[in-house]
Amino acid sequence: MAAIVIKDFVKRYDTIEAVKGINLSVEKGGLFGLIGPDGAGKTTLMRAVCTLLLPDKGSIHVNGFDTKKDFAQIRSIIGYMPQRFSLYQDLTVAQNLKFFADLFQVPLDEQEIRLAELYQFSRLEPFKNRLAGKLSGGMKQKLALSCALIHTPEILVLDEPTFGVDPVSRDEFWKILHTIREKGTTILVSTAYMDEANLCDRVALFFDGKIQITDKPDNLRAQYKYPLFQIKVKELNPMIDLFNSVKEVHTIQKFGDALHISFYEIPDEGRWENWKNEAEDNLLSREQIEPSIEDIFLEMMESMDE
Amino acid sequence: MSNSVYAVETTDLTRRFGKFIAVDKVSLNVHKGEIFGFLGANGAGKTTLIRMLSGILAPSSGQANVAGYNIYDQTEQIKKNIGYMSQKFSLYDDLTIAENIDFFGGIYGLSARILEERKAALLQKVGLADFSNRLTRDLPLGFKQRLALGSSLLHDPPIIFLDEPTSGVDPKARRSFWDLIYDTCEMGKTVFVTTHFMDEAEYCHRVSILRDGQIIALDNPRALKKKYGKSSMQEVFVHIVKEKDLE
Repeated sequence: MAAIVIKDFVKRYDTIEAVKGINLSVEKGGLFGLIGPDGAGKTTLMRAVCTLLLPDKGSIHVNGFDTKKDFAQIRSIIGYMPQRFSLYQDLTVAQNLKFFADLFQVPLDEQEIRLAELYQFSRLEPFKNRLAGKLSGGMKQKLALSCALIHTPEILVLDEPTFGVDPVSRDEFWKILHTIREKGTTILVSTAYMDEANLCDRVALFFDGKIQITDKPDNLRAQYKYPLFQIKVKELNPMIDLFNSVKEVHTIQKFGDALHISFYEIPDEGRWENWKNEAEDNLLSREQIEPSIEDIFLEMMESMDE
Repeated sequence: MSNSVYAVETTDLTRRFGKFIAVDKVSLNVHKGEIFGFLGANGAGKTTLIRMLSGILAPSSGQANVAGYNIYDQTEQIKKNIGYMSQKFSLYDDLTIAENIDFFGGIYGLSARILEERKAALLQKVGLADFSNRLTRDLPLGFKQRLALGSSLLHDPPIIFLDEPTSGVDPKARRSFWDLIYDTCEMGKTVFVTTHFMDEAEYCHRVSILRDGQIIALDNPRALKKKYGKSSMQEVFVHIVKEKDLE
């Protein structure tokens, strides 16, 4: 059964159509990712799921309740972490956590266990007596997340929870999400970090107010049809010039001191020999690599331009 | 600019806030023309370090030269020789594109003639020559970031600090922003970048990983991956920071 069902959802701000007709269904107990850059419409969609704004067209149902009329029922089963920092700046880290735990009536013994887990992931324990307003950007984000995770709602909606959060904490945050999901909570999460798509059951690639593709992350990667090579070189620019004039080449991307080149088809050994000779001793090595979600996203953007 | 081959040299650079040591004896040398990455967990000391190197926060102890100037008593010269751009604040939304450039040009004290020249070149470079009278708020984020980077280079500084410059933009805009960073470094400028995108760490010539105010790793990404037997900087970062946690 689906926990969230979105049908033909449209939202306008003045004359701008921020979301242009979306159909989406999130399974109960699923971990669903909305992947896309700022301005794609992710926040608008999430706010609508949380009953904070009404659709101009279409409908959204959460556990069978209609966001247009059953907002009280929906709000009692949903947990929402907005993008903007919305904690009490003049309370300390520990006081904010305690406030939210009490507000959501988390039993005391459970609070203790949860807090230990959350401090472990957030590394905020050494800062627990610091005022929330005095934390760095990434730390504020981790505190907001911890407050959203202190109780266990049926449905959790997280708007870019890992924005500005460092890789180690992000790693641990996703582990916590997986534990919460195992307890039966449905999670809808948005992110601009493309690599986080791999950690969701299903993802929607979101761009320009529309969902362009919805699938399992593995299936998305399997659909990428261009063989991708990492090519190590001594000097970048002469090699870029060389490959720019090669007809089999689809895209070229600098990657530190290497190049990532996608081809229309896998070049045969003879071609590599040619390029090696042409480059003199500039081409050091090559290796076929797996495409990332970012490669898929770029490809999707290219095909929209055409 | 000095004759040193280094754009930035620090020895035991330290900053305390009360009992808290935000930056703890950091020693590093960054070459001219290098793209140098600062990685670290939130609260590791990246921002404090950048604020010291920009001449806006005095160190508690230790030494540093930035563009050949001493960070204790030549902070005004340092400010003239660096550019700074961050995702959080870069341009005024309610000024037009041209007004923003004029504003930054004014702050950097450029003459009217030089400002006009550089403004035209910048607008051309970021593809906004026909839109200079538009309000900055109406620009797509990708353009805004390219414009912000250009504006922070108006006074032609040899060193630029980019503090999480690419958060939130789409991958295409992010890659074209990195093309601009490479162009900047090919002009001989030194680029400091902080980022939480570990693929961007791979784009840097060298990266340093900070933890509790100390540098716990410093090398080129390829060497770091080899040293720790990992295939990506993401894995290297998580490995190093967690390993230190266990100690």
